[in-house]
Formats: sequence, structure tokens, C-alpha cells
Amino acid sequence: MDDLIADFVAECREMLEALGSEIVAWEVQPDDRARLDSIFRFVHTVKGNCGFFEFPRLEALSHAAEDALADCRAGRRVPDGALVSAVLAVIDRISEMVSAIEAGEDMPAGDDNHLIDALAPGAEGMVAPVAAAAEAATKASAAPRTIRLSVELLDRVMSTVSDMVLARNELARRLRESTSDVPVDGAFERLSSIIAEMRDAITRTRMQRIENLFVGLPRMVRDLSAELGKQVLVDIEGGDVELDREMIEMIRDPLTHIIRNAVDHGIEKPADRLKAGKREIGVLAVSARQSGNQILIDIQDDGRGIDGKKLVEKAIANGVVTKDEAAQLSPRDQLALIFEAGLSTASEVTAISGRGVGMDVVRSNVERIGGIVEVDSKPGEGARMTLRVPLTLTIIPALTVSIAGQHFAIPRSAIEEIVRANGESVTLEHVGGAGVATIRGRRVPEISLASVLGLDSQVDEQDRTLVVLRPAGGDVYALSVDRIHDHEELVVKPAAPAVMATGLYAGTTLADDGSPILLFDPAGIAAVGGVKLEVQERTARIAEGPASTISKATPVLLFRGLDGGRRALRLAVVDRIEEVPASAVGETAGQLRVQLGEAILPLAGASAADIGEGKVRLFRLNDGLHEIGYAFAEVIDFATIEHDIIHAERPGEISGVSLVNNEPAELVDAHWLFANHTGADAPKQEQLVCLIPDWDPWMQNMLRPLVEAAGYRVVDDAENDKADVVIACLGEELPDHASHKTIWLRSEPDVANTKDFSIYRYDRAGLLTALKSVGGGRGK
Amino acid sequence: MNELLLVVTIAGERVALPAAAVESVVELDTLIPVPRAAPHVAGLSALRSRVLTVIDCMRSLELGDTDCSDGIREAAVVELDGHHYALIVDLVEDVVEAASDPAPVRGAMGAGWERVSQGMVETEQGPLLLIDVAALVAGVEAKAAA
Repeated sequence: MDDLIADFVAECREMLEALGSEIVAWEVQPDDRARLDSIFRFVHTVKGNCGFFEFPRLEALSHAAEDALADCRAGRRVPDGALVSAVLAVIDRISEMVSAIEAGEDMPAGDDNHLIDALAPGAEGMVAPVAAAAEAATKASAAPRTIRLSVELLDRVMSTVSDMVLARNELARRLRESTSDVPVDGAFERLSSIIAEMRDAITRTRMQRIENLFVGLPRMVRDLSAELGKQVLVDIEGGDVELDREMIEMIRDPLTHIIRNAVDHGIEKPADRLKAGKREIGVLAVSARQSGNQILIDIQDDGRGIDGKKLVEKAIANGVVTKDEAAQLSPRDQLALIFEAGLSTASEVTAISGRGVGMDVVRSNVERIGGIVEVDSKPGEGARMTLRVPLTLTIIPALTVSIAGQHFAIPRSAIEEIVRANGESVTLEHVGGAGVATIRGRRVPEISLASVLGLDSQVDEQDRTLVVLRPAGGDVYALSVDRIHDHEELVVKPAAPAVMATGLYAGTTLADDGSPILLFDPAGIAAVGGVKLEVQERTARIAEGPASTISKATPVLLFRGLDGGRRALRLAVVDRIEEVPASAVGETAGQLRVQLGEAILPLAGASAADIGEGKVRLFRLNDGLHEIGYAFAEVIDFATIEHDIIHAERPGEISGVSLVNNEPAELVDAHWLFANHTGADAPKQEQLVCLIPDWDPWMQNMLRPLVEAAGYRVVDDAENDKADVVIACLGEELPDHASHKTIWLRSEPDVANTKDFSIYRYDRAGLLTALKSVGGGRGK
Repeated sequence: MNELLLVVTIAGERVALPAAAVESVVELDTLIPVPRAAPHVAGLSALRSRVLTVIDCMRSLELGDTDCSDGIREAAVVELDGHHYALIVDLVEDVVEAASDPAPVRGAMGAGWERVSQGMVETEQGPLLLIDVAALVAGVEAKAAA
């Protein structure tokens, strides 16, 4: 909301500045139509924006001025001196209010009615403006420290920095050739890192997540739908797509307009929706994604859709198309008429879509940045608008590969997986000269990049790496390359027409060393490589048929460990998720434990240092007999393991690694956890009982913990009849025990008389063996 | 006509490029080939963080290949529709002033030269063939398609 207000204030300020000279000129020449129009536009914009924010006074003022000016524009009224000064007074007041909003203060005091009254025809001369708010402007503004820069300037800085990088590389080469001088090298290293940092920063200044564009949408739709008496739910996806800052600004208005249209004309009122058999709440889905070298923004509503026939009728009525032409339009072309100037299917002009721009302006704005708007609609089911804007200057994550010594980049978004041609679950065959890779039972056409490009690869076919690609079209193929290099974020620029004509490339980019790299278009390679996509997909499914039935998808819980590691735990072993205060966790008896209600469970997945303050979240794991806790930072998702598991070399907390939701995750070995954390914690009912004389402090203080650690419950004489074993010092007199064993302890280490079976009291191993043998005996 | 002309040698022939179209003259050292591109596209190179598409003028004129094996080539950089091209030439000689408007060449030229010719201009160094840069960049195939 604050962002929106800041935008509003910035916009008003800009317009006010621009208006400064207009106002003066208009005062001199009240009948100047151009001036009148620009002032009208200003009050109109202010009025429109006030609808979203709750500035009733601002709205009343701008509305009154708009009405008066609209009369002038329509020729119903001749502007005179009185009107000019009345309008000027209104603009001054608006400017004061905008300043107050910017500074986050209350509106300047005072009544606006006299200003509004003065706008009425025949009103008496102006009352002197109230001076109450004059001092507001002098107060320091609390806005964040930002400045506006032209993108050209940023471009210049960026290209200068790029030049600097190249100069640095040159210098590096020269330095390597000349005799090395340690201080010079050191200074150069420092310079290098500064330049790298600078380039990084300057690149980022131009890039923005599209989220910035989307963040205001829910609020806007909420206000709009409230105003229209509709219920609309906004579903936003893909906010992390990065787009050139300028591009974001350029699509802001078209996007806003499309959304307003969708809410205003597309989605029906709740009652109408119910009648049409839909949910009362309309859904407006806005999603952004990258496809090849374009960014796609979809705006989809489930409203009444666009009526192509109505559009055609209107187009004929307005003379946009002739009857004959109209008869030949395909349904798609009919819908496309919505982008013609002066066409709107809405029977009435509403406050929302307003007197302003139409879809024709949306289209021309998008086309100006090299984009396309497409429309698709099913009457009664909704409409979808798709904005396609070029990827130019967008950073895309890419994988660099090499073939015959030359480097290329593949957009990361199209890559499904990477396998070795000679890997275990991969076989590479040739069928009638065409390559077929079988990856875990799935038949995938294989294209050798070397043959597509006509290059000679020195790498044997079996030693290559297969990059499994799923281009935007949606069909999979494997591309064999010599080597995989690096994962890089590249700034992609369009290539020259002669290069694009090959159909293989999506653009060019400069590598860190300043040399150009070609970025592949995965769909283009498939086309040039001769992959028959649709046929392939069907046959692949047949080949896959039997295999998929035995594929064992294990459901897992994907989570982030306290150390940040991405892990997965088989869902079946997780009992439930608990949250405890950090104080409930403590290192006791040699291991971390957590108190959960009455029980104390061993805690895995964390070390004492990991437990900070506040809350600790943990899984409660259960193997049927024992419970342990496993601390974690956050649950990511439920998922299934469908890929192969790479097993760990040694047994440990992590049994292996696998791809879960396309990212590697460590699989937590539940067996190991229980084996290592519950060893001694036998459940109560099975516990052996050991009697230790309660009058002997050594026994109580030194021996007892050892016995307890061995899994015994320690009792004293009072409960002696329950004891399975008694521990006593040699020479002591035993209480009357019927059937249990006795372990005799002696205080001398040397075994002088071997007749008795006593154990030296510090012979830990001996003691434990003796205790164990008792337990084992009872077990049988 | 006072148009300035850049005199270059392509395939041993001295020809003129409109100097206004030429941004700079550079020496190319790295050349990244573009597989599957039209034959006259020699590759890509970088100049001041811009990607240059390098055009082999010899091949564009169907006069054979420029030998790029020795590494450094002289090239004239031109901008066309927002893309930058480097035209590989044998030698960049001089800038001269055109003394006349281009006049049609009446003799029979090679097919390649014919395609890129804008006519003959008089200069103080004698008559020179004025080259249409766009046609040179477009190469053989574009012409065939047109």
C-alpha cells in the first residue's frame, strides 16, 4: 500500500512540475485547448487514483475541477478568469495535500467547499487561499532516499563497466606475460574484485523481479471488485521472473488496464455467476514465466469471456472492417478485433475502465517494446490475455556446455536433467541412423549437438553427456554434448538476423572473459535436429508403459534442516510435528534431548549450538516402539522420490542423495537415527530392575548412572522383591533375596583370590558385560 | 557531393564504403564461429562489451574465403537495425571525399559486386565502386530469397 501511495505521490509531483508552466500559459489564454487538456488530464488522474486510496477531500476537489473542465471541453462553458483562478486554487490545494501525504502527515486543515463552490458557473471571485498548510511544505520529507535516474544513464554506466571488465582482462593478460611483481599482483587482484562487484551491482540496477509489478495487484483488484460489487480472488504466480526494469515500467500500464478490464467486464456479479453455475468468487490468475527468449505474462479470468460476434458487429458499425471482411474472420481474428481503436463490448462506460485508454493503446504500448498481446476466450468460461515481451536484456540462468572446443549456453529453464551417456540407467542406440536414448526405461530421441552444428567432436559418443531438454512446446529430447561446464547467469541480447536465421539460437551473450557465447533455443535445435516431437511423445509412453507401473514413488517430507540442508524423510516414519520452546531442549546424559510433555526424547538433526532462542520445531519419529525427535528449520513440501538414489559411502545420518522436485535432497536414514539414538532407551515396561543399596553413597552417585545408562531401573531396598539383579560390595551382607542374581563388586583391582566372581568396581566393561548377561538371561 | 568515403580493399579491389555508416575500424582477434549460419557470417566477436557479427566480405561477394587463420583481421564496424557488424576487409586505406554522385557502372562486373554496388563515384584517387553496406551484410542467400 505504501508503495502505491509513493507511486501516486511521485506521479502527482511529476505532473505538477510539468503543469507549472501550463497553468501560467492557460491563465493568459483561457481558451487554449491544449493547456486545458493537460490540466484536465491531471485532475482526472488524481481523481482516478483517489478512488483507490481513501482521500475523500482530494477526490471531491479533483472531481469538481474535472466536471468544470469537462464542461469547457465539451463547449458547454467558456473558460473565464474566474474559472481559471478557481481551478488554480484547486490545483494548489491538491499540491498541498500531496505534500502532506508524502510527509505522512494529516491533511492540511481547512474547508474545501469554498474552492469547490468557486468552480460553479457565475461564482463570485476567489476567496484568498487558506494559508494553513503553507508550513507543511517546509518540513523535511520522511520518504526513503531515492532518486530517479534515466535508463540511458544506467545503460551508459553499464557499458562503461563492461568496457572496464574487458580492459581488466587485457591488463591481466599483460601482467601474466610480464615478470610477476607481488605488490602489483595484489593491487590488481583487489581492483579485479572491485570491478566484479561493481558490475554485479550495476547489472542488478537494471533488473527487477516482476514481483514488484505484481505486488500491487491484489489490493487493486480488491478495491475494484469492492467498488463493482464483485468478488474476485487473485492468484499470482511466477513473481521471481526477472525482467529489465524498463520493461517492467513499460508493461505496468498495459497490465493494469487488462486487469481492470477483466474485473470490470470479464468477471460477472456474484448473482450472475451463481446463475451460470459458477462459484460466486471469480478467479483472476496472473502468472509470469519464461519461455525461450520471451517472458510470458498470462492474465486469465473465469468470467463471461469475450463475445467475438458482438465485437464483429461493433467493428462493422464503427467502420473498422467491412461486412465482407468480417465474414472471413476466424474466431481468433474476431477476438483480436478487441485491439482495434474505438471498440469495446461494454455497453456502458464505467468509472473503472473510464474515459482513458482502450485495448488499442495496450497493444501499441506492448508492441512498442517488441512484445505481443494475444487474446483467447471461450464465451461463458473466461478470457485469457497473454503478454509476450522479449527477453532482451533479461538475465537468464544458463548452463554452458562445449562441443568441439566451442562454448554454448542452454537456458536452464528448459533443462530437465543431465545424465552421462554411459551411465547405469542410460543406453544409447541407433535406429536407422537416428539416436535413441533410453533413460530409466524412457525412450527419448537423442540429438548429437556435433552433427546438428556440423562440428567434429573429439569425444567418443559413449563419453558424452546427455542434457535432457523439454522446450516450451513440451516434448522431451536428449542433446549430447562433449562437456558440461558451468551454471551462469547471462545477460542475453538478440543476435543479428543472419544468426537468428539458423533457428538454433535465442541470442548472444558475453562470457566473463568478454568473448561472445551463443545461447541455444532448445525448440529450434529440436526442429533443426529433425525430432518429430508429437510422434515421439506417444511412442515414448508406450515404451514407458510397463516400467512406470513398477516405479516406486516413495512419499517423503521435504524439509530444511537447522544447518540449511535440503533433506527428505520418509513420510511413514514421521508421527507428527511439534513445536517446543528452546528451553525444552538440553544436552543431557551425553546427548541432546527434548522434553515433550511427560516424555523426554532423544533429539537428532541438531547440535546444542544449533538450538538458539525461541522455538524449536521438530518431527516426532516413531518406529513402533521408540520415539525420537528430529529438529528442522522449515517444511518445504510433500514430495515423492522418483529419481535414483545415490547412496552414501558410509552409513550415517544421511543414507543418500536424490533429486526431489528437481533439486538434490539428502535422504535421512531413519534406521540409523533409531539405531543411534534409542540404543539405551528401552521402553519402561521392558526395563530390568536393579537393586543398589541406598545407604552406599558410592553406589548411588557413581554406579547408579552407569547402571541406568545400561537400561536398568534402579530401586532400593524398599522394592527389593522386584529386582532382577542386585549389586553389592564384596563382604556385605545381603538382604533376603529369593531368586535374583547378584553382582559382587570388590575394591581392589588385582585378582588375588579368583574363587569369587566379583568384579573390580571401576571395571566398566566388566560391569556392563555382567549387567548385559543378566538382561540376556531374562530375555530367554 | 561532399560525402566522405572510407576506402578499403576487398579481394584485392579498392572500393568505397560510405564513411557515415562506419562507426569504427577495428582489429579483430577473437572469432567465435556460428555453426549453421549463412556462409558469409564468419562468426562473432566482441567490441567494448557489444557482440559484433563478423561478415566475411569475400564470401558475401562470392569471391572465395578470407583467410582468418593468421588471427588478426582488420574490419569496419557498421550498425544496421540496432545490430553491429564487423566487415572483414583486406586493408583499410584512407578517407576521401566523393567528387560526384554515384553513377551506374556500365561495364560487366562480377555477380557479387553487382549485388552490392551503389554505383561508381569519382574521387581524387580515381573512380571507386560505392558499396551498399546492407547488401554486403545480407549476403547471397537474402538476395536469392528476395
